Amino acid sequence: MTTDTAVEAVNAARHYGQGQYAVKALDDVSLSIRKGEFFTLLGPSGCGKTTLLRLIAGFETPTSGQILLSGKDITAIPPNRRRVNTVFQSYALFPHLSVARNIAFGLEMLGRPKSEIAPRVTDMLRLVQLDQMAERKPAMLSGGQQQRVALARALAPEPEVLLLDEPLSALDLKLRKEMQLELKRLQTETGITFVFVTHDQEEALTMSDRIGVMKAGKLQQVGGPREIYNGPVNRFVADFIGETNFLTGTAAGDTVRIATGETLAVPGAGQGPVTLAIRPEQIRIADDGPLTATLTQTVYFGTDTHCHLRLGDGTDLVARLQSPPSGDVGLSAGQTLRLAPVPGSVQVLEEG
Amino acid sequence: MSERRAKPFSITAMPGFATIAILAFVLLYVPIITMVIYSFNASNSVALWGGFSFRWYAIAWENDTVQEATVRSLVIAVSAALIASTLATLAALGTTRRKKFKGQTFVYVMINQPLMVPEIVTAVALLIFFAAIKKATGYTGLAYLILAHSAFCVPFAYLPIRARLEGMDLTLERAAADLYATPFQTFRRITLPLMAPGIAAGAMLSFVISLDDVIITEFVKSAGQDTLPTYMLGQLRRAVTPEVNAISTALLGLTVLLLTAFFLLTRKRG
Amino acid sequence: MNQSARNGWLLSLPALILLVVGAAGPLLIVAVYSFLEPGDFSGVEWSFTTEAWFRVFFERDIFDDTVSAADAHLTILWRSVKLSLLTTLVTFVIGFPTAWFIATQPPNRRAMWLFLITIPFWTNLLIRTFAILEVIRNQGLLNSFLQWLGLIDAPIQILYTDGAVLIGMAYVYLPLMVLPLFAAIDRFDFRLIEAAYDLYASRLLVLRRIIVPIVRPGIVAGSILVFVPSLGAYVTPRILGGGKNMMIGNFIDLQFGQGRNWPLGAALSMLLLFIVMAALLAYVRVTSSEDRQNV
Repeated sequence: MTTDTAVEAVNAARHYGQGQYAVKALDDVSLSIRKGEFFTLLGPSGCGKTTLLRLIAGFETPTSGQILLSGKDITAIPPNRRRVNTVFQSYALFPHLSVARNIAFGLEMLGRPKSEIAPRVTDMLRLVQLDQMAERKPAMLSGGQQQRVALARALAPEPEVLLLDEPLSALDLKLRKEMQLELKRLQTETGITFVFVTHDQEEALTMSDRIGVMKAGKLQQVGGPREIYNGPVNRFVADFIGETNFLTGTAAGDTVRIATGETLAVPGAGQGPVTLAIRPEQIRIADDGPLTATLTQTVYFGTDTHCHLRLGDGTDLVARLQSPPSGDVGLSAGQTLRLAPVPGSVQVLEEG
Repeated sequence: MSERRAKPFSITAMPGFATIAILAFVLLYVPIITMVIYSFNASNSVALWGGFSFRWYAIAWENDTVQEATVRSLVIAVSAALIASTLATLAALGTTRRKKFKGQTFVYVMINQPLMVPEIVTAVALLIFFAAIKKATGYTGLAYLILAHSAFCVPFAYLPIRARLEGMDLTLERAAADLYATPFQTFRRITLPLMAPGIAAGAMLSFVISLDDVIITEFVKSAGQDTLPTYMLGQLRRAVTPEVNAISTALLGLTVLLLTAFFLLTRKRG
Repeated sequence: MNQSARNGWLLSLPALILLVVGAAGPLLIVAVYSFLEPGDFSGVEWSFTTEAWFRVFFERDIFDDTVSAADAHLTILWRSVKLSLLTTLVTFVIGFPTAWFIATQPPNRRAMWLFLITIPFWTNLLIRTFAILEVIRNQGLLNSFLQWLGLIDAPIQILYTDGAVLIGMAYVYLPLMVLPLFAAIDRFDFRLIEAAYDLYASRLLVLRRIIVPIVRPGIVAGSILVFVPSLGAYVTPRILGGGKNMMIGNFIDLQFGQGRNWPLGAALSMLLLFIVMAALLAYVRVTSSEDRQNV
């Protein structure tokens, strides 16, 4: 067992109900999260990401499998004896305690002396820039400030792992962007392992060192943001993260013949029927391109312009072009164009 | 052009409703206010006004029977409030915040039973039951009254405590466990302080309910165990003197005081 | 039994024991007593008989054993039911506009009006009965006022009549009607009234077709809350009705005096309990079927 593993799930499963009606919230997931990394569990609601987080926190016990913390089996250890802290989605700040008392709570429970707690609370308040709010009650704070208190409270006992359960979902867009940077800064400064749960792919891509994409209780793919974005293993991952065009065809070695009869060069495509994924920004308009399409509509998005295209067999594609300084890409609906994917950008997907 | 301006149309207005409502408040308060005013009457009569005076308060205050009854009322009410709110707190912890368990409906029915059974029926039942125990043991002390009062106060204590617990965010306790609090520490540092206003409200309601009780007390008490209400009931059987006015007004004042406190306690919810 | 259920039971147990000993358990003794023979002086003889239940409804002539309806008991029962229904009606007629008035006040003033209803609600029933006694007796405020107006020459005898009991019960139980009605009206979506007016309804039709059907659970709750304690009333009829105008509660009390018939009193207590339970069950039926409809 390597000591640079912070958290490990070994064949962890969590079922609700029994027998044939059992709901598999988490279906045999194995995962290891490294020390000091910012790891994000990403997926749609009901995919099991929050269940996995609660198993790590100890609020639920796996139906089968194990949870390891720094290599030690903690499956049977109650949450109050795990050096893991959670930032709750609803913050769960104690309404009857002041901000400072909320932050001190974990340290008090650990039996730390007052002389240690007081400076630690001051440090934490400074870290989340709430020095002036120490004596306020949570109800007197704004949503963003409550969020910072929740963070400070969870970080104060210096947990081995910090769990964050969609903590930004209650904030407005501008505040959310600020907090994303803030979280990344805190993680870098403290060096604590962060396990972050979200359904927002952009949040996952901007903050994470690694991402685990989940669907229906199963882990689909684990990897760095670039790896996941540029090399999705299946249709679900490709579709969930960013926009993607899908083409179906038949592979023959390094080429794929798609439904229109046109042939694309895809190195290592293999043999037989395949699904291809091409990101909209990886499609270029090129007179010698292998694909022929009709432009149905252009939509201006400021920096980009989206071109909605239709292939010969009726498949719809979107290509994202950078808007020229004039703002007008100089194309009009009905026009026939030839397209070429950027070499190396076409992904061959597993079924899924 | 007409000088009269049309009255603005009000969605919520109903003809005559406001008049009836104001009349209802007048009818509700005229007897009470009359009683309060006449408690300060200097004359012997409950009908003729003889000037302002605290005379009847003084007479009531110096009456040994009234003093004893007051002390007895308070002892019973405080004991009943303490017992009822303690047991109701435990029951509320047992019946909220967990999956509904088998037999929970039975617990609800039992707890709310005193609200459903006519008080005279319970009074008669306790009379029979306690008469047998008194005969068998020879003990005729206050314990019977305290026991009976505690029992019918339980639902009044239970309601606000349960309401408070149900409104409580369960993630708070999870957060405490996450921050290394043991189950006992979680209860003492988080759950108990958060439910305290509910417990205080329940205890206060119990106190008022116990202090007000007439029927069960009348049937359960042993000889010479009058509380203020049963003393007043006995007085009403004879000639009514302004002394009863004075005692009533004092009790009314206490009730209003406690109610105000109750509202202040429950208003700041969450 | 899983641990959560066991903890639930364990935590509820002390309260349950208290309630069994101090309230519910003795009811069983009353049920048993209603099937025993009366003792010579008071109390019971331990032999089984249905005589007490028989005597609730019928009486046997001492001389020829002919059976006839127990007029005295039935009169008291009927008076109790009649006065309770009338009390419910009177409190509704006054209480509905009052609850409506409170619920349509601006929020800052609403709390004040509600508090004014709550004070009498929590004030000792005895004190309130005593207060109304002072108003309606011969030299009381009401008679003085009417005489001062010149409407009457001599005081009218109100005290110690059924009318006095009705006035008294309506007075003491009015808050019990207003509070649930207020709760129902307070939840009422007043945009529905706008919609009804928009669709050409008159005020009366809005009241009858929109408001009353929607706040019906509150009306049922208020009616039950007034009817049930009225039926079991003891203090108010005792003070305002005098010895003659007894209600069932006072009659039960009478049976447990010295030299009286305890089994008969026990049977009457059980009968009162059954009527009240039937009313409560009907209430549960009505409200739960309405809940289903609203889902």
